[in-house]
Amino acid sequence: MARKSDTVSLFINDVPVKIHRGASIMEAAHKAKVDIPHLCNHRHLTPTGACRLCVVELEGEGPGRPLIAACARPAESGMRVLTHTDRAVAARRLVLELLLSDHPGDCLTCEQSGHCKLQDLAYEYQVADSRFRGRRNRYPIDTANPFIVRDFEKCVKCYRCAQACQELQFCEVIDYMGRGFDTMVTSALNRPLPETECVQCGRCVSVCPVGALTEKPSRYRGRSKDLKKTVTTCPYCGVGCAIVLETDGQHIVRVTSREDSPVNKGDLCVKGRFGYGFVNSPDRLITPLIRKDGELVPASWNEAIAAVAAGLKRTKQEYGADAIGFLSSSKCTNEENYLMQKFARAGVGTNNIDNCARL
Amino acid sequence: MPKNVPNTQKLNTRTDLNALRNRLQTAYDPNKTRVRVCMTGCRASGADAVSAALAKEIARLPAAERKNIEVVETGCHGFCAQAPVIEIDPVSIFYGQVKPADVPEIVQKTILNKKPINRLAYKDPATGQPITQAAEVPFYKAQERSVLRNLGRVDPRSLDAYIRTGGYAAAARALIRLTPNGIINELEASGLRGRGGAGFPTFLKWRLARKERSKPKYLICNGDEGDPGAFMDRGVMEGDPHAVIEGMIIAGFAIGASEGYIYVRAEYPIAVEHLTLAIDQARKYGLLGQNILGSGFDFDITVKEGAGAFVCGEETALIASLEGKRGTPRPRPPYPAVAGLWGQPTCINNVETLANVPVIIGRGADVYNDMGSGTSRGTKVFSLAGKLNNTGLVEVPMGITLRELIFDLGGGIIDGKEFKAVQMGGPSGGCIPAEFLDLSVTYDTLSKVGAIMGSGGVIVLDETACMVDIARYFLAFSAAESCGKCTPCRVGTTRMLEILERIAGGNGKIEDIDLLIETAAVVRDTSLCGLGQNAPNPVLSTIRYFRDEYVAHIEHKKCPHGICKRRPANREANRG
Amino acid sequence: MAGLAAAFGSGAMTNSLEDIGEADVILVIGSNTTEAHPILGLNIIDSVKNKDARLIVAEPRRIPLVKYADMWLSQKPGTDVALINGLMHVILDIGLADKSFIKERTEGFAAVVAMVEKYTPDYVESITGIPAADIVRAAEIYAGADKATIIYAMGITQHTTGVDNVMTLANLAMMTGNIGQPGMGVNPLRGQNNVQGACDMGALPNVYPGYQSVADVGVRKSFEAAWGRKLPKKPGLTATEMTRAAGTPAAKGGIRAMYIMGENPILSEPDQAHIIAGLKGLDFLVVQDIFLTETARLADVVLPAATFAEKSGTFTSTERRVQPVRKAIQPPGEALSDWKIIGLVSSKFGYKMNYHSSAAIFEEIAAVTPAYGGISHHRIEVCGIHWPCPTPGHPGTPILHTETFARGKGKFHAIDYKPPAEVTDAKYPLILTTGRYLAQWHTGTMTRKVDGLNEIEPEARVDINPADAKKYGVKNKRSVTVTTRRGSVTAKARLTEDVPVGVIYMPFHYAEAAANAVTNPALDPVAKIPELKVAAAKISQK
Repeated sequence: MARKSDTVSLFINDVPVKIHRGASIMEAAHKAKVDIPHLCNHRHLTPTGACRLCVVELEGEGPGRPLIAACARPAESGMRVLTHTDRAVAARRLVLELLLSDHPGDCLTCEQSGHCKLQDLAYEYQVADSRFRGRRNRYPIDTANPFIVRDFEKCVKCYRCAQACQELQFCEVIDYMGRGFDTMVTSALNRPLPETECVQCGRCVSVCPVGALTEKPSRYRGRSKDLKKTVTTCPYCGVGCAIVLETDGQHIVRVTSREDSPVNKGDLCVKGRFGYGFVNSPDRLITPLIRKDGELVPASWNEAIAAVAAGLKRTKQEYGADAIGFLSSSKCTNEENYLMQKFARAGVGTNNIDNCARL
Repeated sequence: MPKNVPNTQKLNTRTDLNALRNRLQTAYDPNKTRVRVCMTGCRASGADAVSAALAKEIARLPAAERKNIEVVETGCHGFCAQAPVIEIDPVSIFYGQVKPADVPEIVQKTILNKKPINRLAYKDPATGQPITQAAEVPFYKAQERSVLRNLGRVDPRSLDAYIRTGGYAAAARALIRLTPNGIINELEASGLRGRGGAGFPTFLKWRLARKERSKPKYLICNGDEGDPGAFMDRGVMEGDPHAVIEGMIIAGFAIGASEGYIYVRAEYPIAVEHLTLAIDQARKYGLLGQNILGSGFDFDITVKEGAGAFVCGEETALIASLEGKRGTPRPRPPYPAVAGLWGQPTCINNVETLANVPVIIGRGADVYNDMGSGTSRGTKVFSLAGKLNNTGLVEVPMGITLRELIFDLGGGIIDGKEFKAVQMGGPSGGCIPAEFLDLSVTYDTLSKVGAIMGSGGVIVLDETACMVDIARYFLAFSAAESCGKCTPCRVGTTRMLEILERIAGGNGKIEDIDLLIETAAVVRDTSLCGLGQNAPNPVLSTIRYFRDEYVAHIEHKKCPHGICKRRPANREANRG
Repeated sequence: MAGLAAAFGSGAMTNSLEDIGEADVILVIGSNTTEAHPILGLNIIDSVKNKDARLIVAEPRRIPLVKYADMWLSQKPGTDVALINGLMHVILDIGLADKSFIKERTEGFAAVVAMVEKYTPDYVESITGIPAADIVRAAEIYAGADKATIIYAMGITQHTTGVDNVMTLANLAMMTGNIGQPGMGVNPLRGQNNVQGACDMGALPNVYPGYQSVADVGVRKSFEAAWGRKLPKKPGLTATEMTRAAGTPAAKGGIRAMYIMGENPILSEPDQAHIIAGLKGLDFLVVQDIFLTETARLADVVLPAATFAEKSGTFTSTERRVQPVRKAIQPPGEALSDWKIIGLVSSKFGYKMNYHSSAAIFEEIAAVTPAYGGISHHRIEVCGIHWPCPTPGHPGTPILHTETFARGKGKFHAIDYKPPAEVTDAKYPLILTTGRYLAQWHTGTMTRKVDGLNEIEPEARVDINPADAKKYGVKNKRSVTVTTRRGSVTAKARLTEDVPVGVIYMPFHYAEAAANAVTNPALDPVAKIPELKVAAAKISQK
């Protein structure tokens, strides 16, 4: 028997694509630079086929057959996929209308505005309003935990948060609750997160495509679209996760992570994602201090540097360089540690230099 | 009575089974008087009291007479409209709607003196003439009972009774005489298609599962019958549990599974009880467990109770539920045959499908294939409900016309009213109007007229029915049972329901009908599983055949049949 | 680090974080990974749940990882050498040692064979408290794997036998040939973001950048040439030695002045009372930090520094991956980057430093540090580079010791079990061990300034087994005083089966309940790491 080849060849809107066996139609389309809309699909999560916005047609399958969810259907050799037929586009528009019929129209004050996949898709598919009039799910906004705001009225039930919690964080705090129109994606019995096994990593927030899950410390402090983004390395443990600082010039407004970051692939822990508050703390030292009459009082840099140089010189002259000790820091950069030991050795003349590696 | 032939001996070979059957048959006196009382479905109508009264009355008889009389508690006889029912052998007399007060007379006249009591006999609805012979009752006369062969005839709690009537012979033949591929070929020749709804060819399902190399494989019997008004599977599980087990042994052997599960809804406590007992008995006889009948094949079955979510009838949701997760469907492929329970190859068959298997393997594929029409072969069990004289469980050859089903077996419409439509296939099915009464019932013909075979639920509506209300009823069921995972089913069914409620309440607009149709098309086209894909069927079929009733509600701002309640308009107008 | 360097020639993680996912068996010992290194914790759980890896957790406490483990070995704190020797004893017994690897790539194995002979499972059970059968099974699992990796952290190193512990782990990996391929190795986890880099940069008393010994004349000459100054010959004091020598007379080798950058020894070093007295006794103390820490409050001059978000540079993660730090915002007020401040101080002191960017400093680092020779700010833009990376064209080295060990042959060290410096007695009947909470970090300088993190972990708790609580009359959720030979701290008691009988546990994040007021400053003789993981203690409640 011939071995199955590792790749499959198919057509996306008449464009030939080769892709690894097991890849979805969505991935094949991505490779063919065709964008298929979706809310639930996510590169690190098992496809669930929940939102049904990625529906496409297969050439040769009659109108009697349901449309195909491109996210969940593996690409097969010989498939001819049509991503934007009238039928598929009409279906997407109606599904969007259905979603908008149970969604608050408060984009004006929504944190996610400008960074919201539902908003983007409504724009792209020109769904300004919904023809459906009926009941809407009403829930109070849940702010009863340190970092995560849960606004269930905005939830599109894409289930990403639950999957992130289950598949990426292995916490299994979030799942479906209830059924039918009243379905929620939430913690068991909709209990406040601090009463669950939640470790407040915020991964659920990071995958939410809409404004249902947002960061509490960042509320009304700036929308993602308006902020400068700087990719850098987390200042906490030694794993070295890549983080993105979203800043407004002076403040860190939020910390996110890129799904393609090399070490952590979008995952962060509670410290990495939410532990940035110290940077803009009012307790920060903002001027040099010199002890005068037993009190530490503000001083200029010139004074302070002179005092340090003089103090060290005095000790060296009096007792020799080895009477001076230097503690460098594993929280500082390589460059700074390099300079510190260089100063100790070449400047002052002692090998009394160490960092807190042992602690 | 089989109890006379104690058997604690394990059956090690097919010969042992044959010998036991012979012993049981020899010991069975066909001339003994047997009163068969339905003790499953009829319990709801007081069968318990009737059975107790019988026992009491018989106990008062002299010992010589008493020992020649036996009360057999059986499964469902099918004729639910006449509940509680009894049949008396060997005179083959049928009585319906029996009350404990009737029992002394029955014992005196019929049991002791073999005389019928016309007062208790079934009356022909047309002539009013009593029909005492069970075989002559039209409801039974037109049936072809193979899946239901043991229902109402033997005690479902007796393995010996099952074996005496030929039970497990098909399994023995399959395990000893046939190869797995041979069995699958016979299934192919029989033309059996899945009885759970979609009608997928059973042999193909088995072949796909057989082809998978990964071990272990699992066999699941889907007993999560959820359609309102459907009770075929319940009847079989309660009334002939060994038929399900025998079908599973054959299926397990054919696909190479050594573990089977029966997923039964917890609302069927008698089914759970009887299946659990039957599995226990089969294990004791060596019909489940290691090296069944010396074939080298190991197989065992576990009963799992479902929590009653309609969507758990969907195979991927059922698997999730079996795994202890929330019963939520997932996209296919991969199909369960490739990656099912615990990610392993899994074959899921419905109860009725599996109960058909011993019939096919026992009597031969040809006999089975001789019945039916087109690509729908064999027999089908239907549950007749609604405005019919003879409601109940019937089994007929595929291809019977709706007219035969409703008027011959069903005895026509109650109170001589006009037939209006029949809802086939439950909430996933559609309404079929009078113009199609002569339609021959097959998978294909039903889907052409906008209905489905489904699991075989038949609900008959008379002239007084409001079709908007019917559509609303079924859609409300689907909307409430939606698992909530995919958008079109979660939101779409509710929005459609709201439009229907607006129309029903006299607040509809004419363009609402188009919006309903447009939404229905998308819900059908885009939903993740069969529940959502088929949920619009009752709406679409009623619009297709009874559009005028929708228009009447909208134009007259009220229900022409006076069934739908009026609602103040302003309650609908506010969004949210 | 000293232990691994002695065995392999390099003290760093042998493998990358990513390739831990290729291991068939993961042995986590002395690491509460999901709380101290959460993202690596996820990788480990992923391996167990999705890649069929088997996990052995050797840890006195029932840490969260235990939930996912095939085996949990709850050793008595401070008995790791006995445990590992026991595993090696069993592996020899069942013939699963990798003879060809031992022969071709290592030296000194015979002494180890002789040493571990007495470490029978029963003997090891008597020391560690782990059932003998579990020791046998764990040895079978570890040695039976195609690829097995060892992950450890401060639970291994913060002992007076820390170096011994590490060398024994190296023995275990070498005897089973688990070095040099993906999914293998011996992997120390660094507790802080740039411990690896600070060490790589020579912020150590005995080595220059790139672990080049200060005692080596040739090396010293080349650094003298590069830096244009005569350099001291004598290796310096370690942090713990310095802080303990602080304030004592110079004639007795005492330290009279200190320049402390970004550290808070009052909370991080053991025996707090002694440290405070020492720092107070200094003639001159400079502290350069972002907050007025407990240590800074004692300083003569405090210099305001920038945080990671306010400066550029590089961090080197625990897997030897050099990664970028990028400036996102301006430092507040007059605060400056540490590198700028050092430059100013050094120049004023009389040793000119004129760097206009961190990239320029890095160029100098690359020039004097062979392992960093091929790395530049530009090259690490996207995903960093694992050192060693000697030349600009070199791709970096995610896995060490693939062909030969950094020191040539891997060296076995025969190590005998030595009990911890402090053992329990009638007066101090309990073992106090310390660690971290997920939502706090190190001495709390940063995390305790974040409201939400304080909401999650507002205070220190002393974890006590209910049996001990009953014995010593301690009630749950009420203040309990922990006393050792150094002093006392008070924190809320939490009764939990997560700590074994005879062991109590507390974190070291909280100044108001500082674990280091009671921990033991006894040092490992080689690595000079204090024994923060074992102290004899008693508990009492009012």
